[in-house]
Amino acid sequence: MLGPILETLIGGLMTGVLYALVALGFVLIFKASGVFNFAQGSMVLFAALSVARLSEVMPLIVAVLIAIVIMVALAYAIEFLVLRRLVNQEGIILFMATLGIAYFLEGFGEAVWGSDIYKINLGISKNPLFLFEGIFPGGLLIDREEIAAAVACAILVAGLAIFFQVTRVGRALRAVADDHQAAQSVGIPLNYIWLIVWAVSGIVAIAAGMVWGSKLGVQFSISLVALKALPVLILGGFTSIPGAIIGGLIIGAGEKLAEVLLSPMLVKWFDLAGGGIENWFAYVLALVFLLFRPQGLFGERIIERI
Amino acid sequence: MAGNTERTTLEAAATPPPAVLAVVETILAVNNIEVVYNHVILVLKGVSLEVPKGGIVALLGANGAGKTTTLKAISNLLHAERGEVTKGSIVFEGAEVHSLTPNELVRRGCIQVMEGRRCFAHLTVEENLLTGAFTRKDGNAAVKRDLDMIYSYFPRIKERRNATAGYTSGGEQQMCALGRALMSRPKMILLDEPSMGLAPQIVEEIFNIVRDLNAKEGVSFLLAEQNTNMALKYASYGYILENGRVVLDGEAKALRENEDVKEFYLGIAEGKRKSFHDVKHYKRRKRWLA
Ligand SMILES: Nc1ncnc2c1ncn2[C@@H]1O[C@H](COP(=O)(O)OP(=O)(O)OP(=O)(O)O)[C@@H](O)[C@H]1O
Ligand SMILES: [Mg+2]
Repeated sequence: MLGPILETLIGGLMTGVLYALVALGFVLIFKASGVFNFAQGSMVLFAALSVARLSEVMPLIVAVLIAIVIMVALAYAIEFLVLRRLVNQEGIILFMATLGIAYFLEGFGEAVWGSDIYKINLGISKNPLFLFEGIFPGGLLIDREEIAAAVACAILVAGLAIFFQVTRVGRALRAVADDHQAAQSVGIPLNYIWLIVWAVSGIVAIAAGMVWGSKLGVQFSISLVALKALPVLILGGFTSIPGAIIGGLIIGAGEKLAEVLLSPMLVKWFDLAGGGIENWFAYVLALVFLLFRPQGLFGERIIERI
Repeated sequence: MAGNTERTTLEAAATPPPAVLAVVETILAVNNIEVVYNHVILVLKGVSLEVPKGGIVALLGANGAGKTTTLKAISNLLHAERGEVTKGSIVFEGAEVHSLTPNELVRRGCIQVMEGRRCFAHLTVEENLLTGAFTRKDGNAAVKRDLDMIYSYFPRIKERRNATAGYTSGGEQQMCALGRALMSRPKMILLDEPSMGLAPQIVEEIFNIVRDLNAKEGVSFLLAEQNTNMALKYASYGYILENGRVVLDGEAKALRENEDVKEFYLGIAEGKRKSFHDVKHYKRRKRWLA
């Protein structure tokens, strides 16, 4: 019994990594500019499409590098064409603008890259690993790709943490997140900071898109993971990077475990059809959090003093 | 311009002007500016002032007089408040401020310390200071040297360098904000109400440091204050703002001795207290005109 549950847990954590990456992109942009970026999911789709189609004609690593260039260029275009013109507008107006960006990106991605289902091949053996065969009968079955993805994401997150904590630009980013007017008053240009956060979010979107694409293929439904990122944000707090990561892992693991453990109970005790828990679990958990801990697990403590 | 016709300039009659005064250069000139918020609210109605290179000039006035608005117009930070300079010009070291971004202004040496200190609450004190060096390109060694320089002016915040700025005291935050501005190697600091909410001895400590910085580092100051008494002790020249207009200006000494200033800003009434309306004839007329 324990073996399958552990396998479910690990599989759930892997989905969680994906949610966490999408949520991370949200948090970066929200922290630095207060913009709730609805287009994050579309950015993941666009990035995944770019990598998938480019890697058909060139080595994966080159495809990823070009995708990075594309996402940075996209950040530049969004900053120049949209954000710069809407500066100082209400949050809801900026939100509507990102809604526009979201649908544009989906359509534009389809126009440029096509609308089939594409594969991203990470070049890692599809044969699963069997771990701890001594402990569990038959061992734990784990995908090599999933391990690679988890390691890559951990490296990405660690890199971001170092960037924010010790570099001059990272410090400026945190300053803008705290008080953008004061940041402006000491000469930090907000445009430049926005450009950086959108570019970094774009790069995070590449990582998310590759993980997803290698598992399930690159297709339109990727942009819908953005909706799962929402409960993750509520759980982790909209301004917390560790919150996004841990929130993502909790929801990823939680919904898979709930499916496996709760469904049979519903069937047995209440004579229900069962199943489908995975689809709503995250939202109900988020609702519970909204009711009892609205700032989320790691929502930034508001420092108030006179 | 109507706004300026009723402005009174006090001459310091008691002291003959020193001979060197004639050659003082101007670092900042504000010429008859009007500022409008939200396209409709006219807040500054023709403000003019000058800051000499190496001087400390006080900008005085009650709540809502327009001190902060004037400073934000100078540092080009009004956009974030949906404000706009609709008339007049501001010249910092020969350059039109209007055509410069806040970033370029800081690069050129004009920086503001905003009202309410506005330290980055979640950053440490030292990180706050370092953000002030954002626009500098002269390398880590120079930045490190200036950090030490700032700690020597503010030994209090040296002890608190690793504390989260949001949890430090008001006085420490004011020092942190001033130090942060200094990290940009400014020629001029626009200092908005440094005394706000601070105990008198801390206010004095901060003003003494301002004087030191002015004397030793040659930084010019434009100091917006409600604490007229304190500001006129440290400044050499002052402007009094009322309802978005300069109603009185002069040498600090002359202002301190002016009866109206004494009565309404210093709280010293000589003899029988006169009625507000009797004294403030210019003010009352303006209100109706505005
Ligand atoms: N963003 C804004 N939008 C509209 N009106 C504003 C705005 N900011 C300030 N005002 C108005 O402009 C006037 C001048 O305000 P300002 O903050 O410049 O005064 P102040 O002299 O700095 O006052 P205080 O001593 O209280 O800081 C006030 O009447 C204020 O209500
Ligand atoms: Mg003010």
